Amino acid sequence: MSGVAVHLQGLRRSFGTTHALDNLDLSIEPGEFIALLGPSGCGKTTALRVLAGLEDADSGQVLVGGKDVTALPANRRDMGMVFQAYSLFPHLTALANVTFGLSLRGRKRSETRAREMLELVGIAQFADRYPHQLSGGQQQRVALARALAIEPSVLLLDEPLSALDAKVRVQLRDEIRRIQTEVGTTTLFVTHDQEEALAVADRVGVMRAGKLEQLAAPADIYLTPATPFVAEFVGLSNRLPGVVTDDEVEVLGTRLPLLAPASAASVTALVRPESVQVTPDAGGTGKVLTTSFLGPISKVTVTVGDQLVVAQVATDRLTTLAPGTPVRVTLSPHPVALA
Amino acid sequence: MAGVIARRVRKQRAFRWTVLLVLGVFFVLPFVAMVEFSTRDAETWPLLFDWPQLSERYPALAEGITNSLLQAALTAVLMLVLLVPTAVWVRLRLPQLRRLVEFICLLPLTIPAIVLVVGLAPVYAWVTYFLGGSSLTLVFAYTVLVLPYAYRAIDAGLSAIDVKTLAEAARSLGAGWGTVMWRVVLPNIRSAVLSAAFLTVALVLGEFTIASLLNRTNLQVAINFLGKSSATMSVAVSLTALLLAFVLLLLLSLLGGRRRSSAAVAPVSPKETTT
Ligand SMILES: Nc1ncnc2c1ncn2[C@@H]1O[C@H](COP(=O)(O)OP(=O)(O)OP(=O)(O)O)[C@@H](O)[C@H]1O
Ligand SMILES: [Mg+2]
Repeated sequence: MSGVAVHLQGLRRSFGTTHALDNLDLSIEPGEFIALLGPSGCGKTTALRVLAGLEDADSGQVLVGGKDVTALPANRRDMGMVFQAYSLFPHLTALANVTFGLSLRGRKRSETRAREMLELVGIAQFADRYPHQLSGGQQQRVALARALAIEPSVLLLDEPLSALDAKVRVQLRDEIRRIQTEVGTTTLFVTHDQEEALAVADRVGVMRAGKLEQLAAPADIYLTPATPFVAEFVGLSNRLPGVVTDDEVEVLGTRLPLLAPASAASVTALVRPESVQVTPDAGGTGKVLTTSFLGPISKVTVTVGDQLVVAQVATDRLTTLAPGTPVRVTLSPHPVALA
Repeated sequence: MAGVIARRVRKQRAFRWTVLLVLGVFFVLPFVAMVEFSTRDAETWPLLFDWPQLSERYPALAEGITNSLLQAALTAVLMLVLLVPTAVWVRLRLPQLRRLVEFICLLPLTIPAIVLVVGLAPVYAWVTYFLGGSSLTLVFAYTVLVLPYAYRAIDAGLSAIDVKTLAEAARSLGAGWGTVMWRVVLPNIRSAVLSAAFLTVALVLGEFTIASLLNRTNLQVAINFLGKSSATMSVAVSLTALLLAFVLLLLLSLLGGRRRSSAAVAPVSPKETTT
C-alpha cells in the first residue's frame, strides 16, 4: 500500500509558560520517511503526540490524507506508534501483542497476519515469548511489528532506539528504513541523534523551540544549512573568526563562499572538521595539541595562534601528527554559515 | 579461618531458631488455648459446621456470619469499582492530584474508629432513613475503612507497570478506554487487585467497633454477644474466623511470591541472540 500525505498546520501547544509547539508547520509527502531532529525539549515528542492524538493542540490543524483529524481521539486516528519506553503489554506474548490491534478491528486470520509481521521484523522464532523474556532490541522489533500490523496510515516513532546500545541501534535503524521502504507507510521518526536522522530519512526536519528551522534532504541539511542553528546542531563545527569581503569570507587565510549574505564585516564562521586539512610542515603556523582515535577516522586538535581548530583525518595519518608537530592548516572551499 | 566461619554460621543458626521458637510460642499458645477450650464440649465443633442446626440454636450468630460474609464481598466489590478506575485515571490524566488522592485515601488510618463513628452516626441516621437499618449499609463505612490498605495495594500494582505508556500504546492501536481498562490495565495488576480484595475481606471479617457502636450485627458483634451465654461456641467461631483470615493472608503472600518467581524463571536459551 502507498502512504498518505500528512499536514501539520500552525500547531501551538503550551505547558504553562513553555511553548512546546510554537506555530509548527510540517508537510509530509505520501510514503515519505521524515526524521524530526532537534535538541532536548524542542517539542519533537509533543509534535508527534499531537499528530497521534495523544495530546491536544491549543490551536492548529492536523490533516491526514486530506482529512482533518484534529478532533479525533487517538484510538480512531489509525496511526501506528513505537515509543521510546518499552511499551509491549507485559501479560501478552509477542504474538498476542501484535494480534491485539488486529483483533480490536475484528480482523479475520489475525494470527496469520501477526506471524507475518513478526517475520518481517525478523523475530518470528520468539512469537511465544513474553516481553520480559526478550532483549530491548527484540522488544522494539515486536513493538514495530505491532504498530505496522494494523496497516496504519502513518507510522510514528519516538526515539525507538535510544535505550539500545550503539551497535543494535545502527542495525535496527537500517532495518526500520528497509521495512518502511517495503511497506511504504508515511513515517515520522523523532530522534535527537543527528547521525541517525541523516542516515535513514528522506528528509530531515530540524526543530528548535517549537518551530521547524529547516526541512530538507539530509545532504542539503548538512551541506547547506539554512540557519546557523542548523549548521551548529547538525555536525560539530569550528567557530573561527573571519573577515567578509564581497560575498566571501576569509578564514585562516582561505577565502570561502558564504551560504547567506553577511551583515557585518567581522564575523564568526562555522567550519566543519572534515573541511579542515592539516599537513605536517616545519614552517606551518599551527601546532598539533592533541589527537584522539575514533576508529577509521580520528580527531586532531590544532592551535593556530590562540585559536583552537578541530580537524578530522584518516587514522593512518595519525603517526605523522604527534602532539607538538608543526602543521599547515588549510580549509576546503565549501560554503560556510555564520554564527 | 574456615572454623571461624563455621562457628559464626552455627551461632547465627542458633539465634534464628531461638527467635523462631519464642515467636512461635507467643503466637501458637493462644491458638492452643482456644483449641483446648473449645473442645471441652464435644458438641461445639460438629454444631459449628452444621449450618441448619447452628442457625436454629444460635440465630444471632448465624445472622452475624451471613452479614459479615455479605459485607466482606460487597465492600470488596465497591472498593474495587471506586478505587481502580480512580487510581488509573489519576495516573493517566491528573498526575498532579496523586499526592492529594493518596492523602485522602490514607486519612482513615489516622482517625481512630471511635472518632470515625462519632462522625458516621449522623450520616447513618440519613442512611437508615433512606436505605433502612440493614447491616449491609455498613458496607459504605467499611469501604472508607479499608481504603488505606486497598489503595496501597493497588497503587503498588500500578507503580510496577508503566500505565501511561501501555494505555497510550493500546489507544494508538485502536482501543477505547473500556478496552484499555479490561484488556491492558487489569490483567497487569491482577495480583494487586486480589491483594486489595483479600485485605478487605480480612479486615471486614474482623471489624467490631463500628458495627457495635452503630447497633448493627456482624460476626464479631455476634461473637461478643455469644461470649456471654455460650463461651465455648464463641471461642470456636473466633478461632475459625482467625484461621480464615490467616489462610487469606497466606494466599495473598503466595500470590505475591508466585508472580515474582514466574518472572525470574524465564526460559531463555543462550543460542538465540537476535537483537
Ligand atoms: N506534560 C507536560 N507538562 C509540562 N510540560 C511539558 C509536558 N510535556 C512536555 N513539556 C515541555 O514541553 C517542551 C517540549 O517537550 P517535548 O517532550 O516535546 O521535547 P522533546 O523535543 O521531545 O525533547 P526530548 O528530546 O528530551 O525528548 C519541554 O520544555 C517540556 O518541558
Ligand atoms: Mg521526546
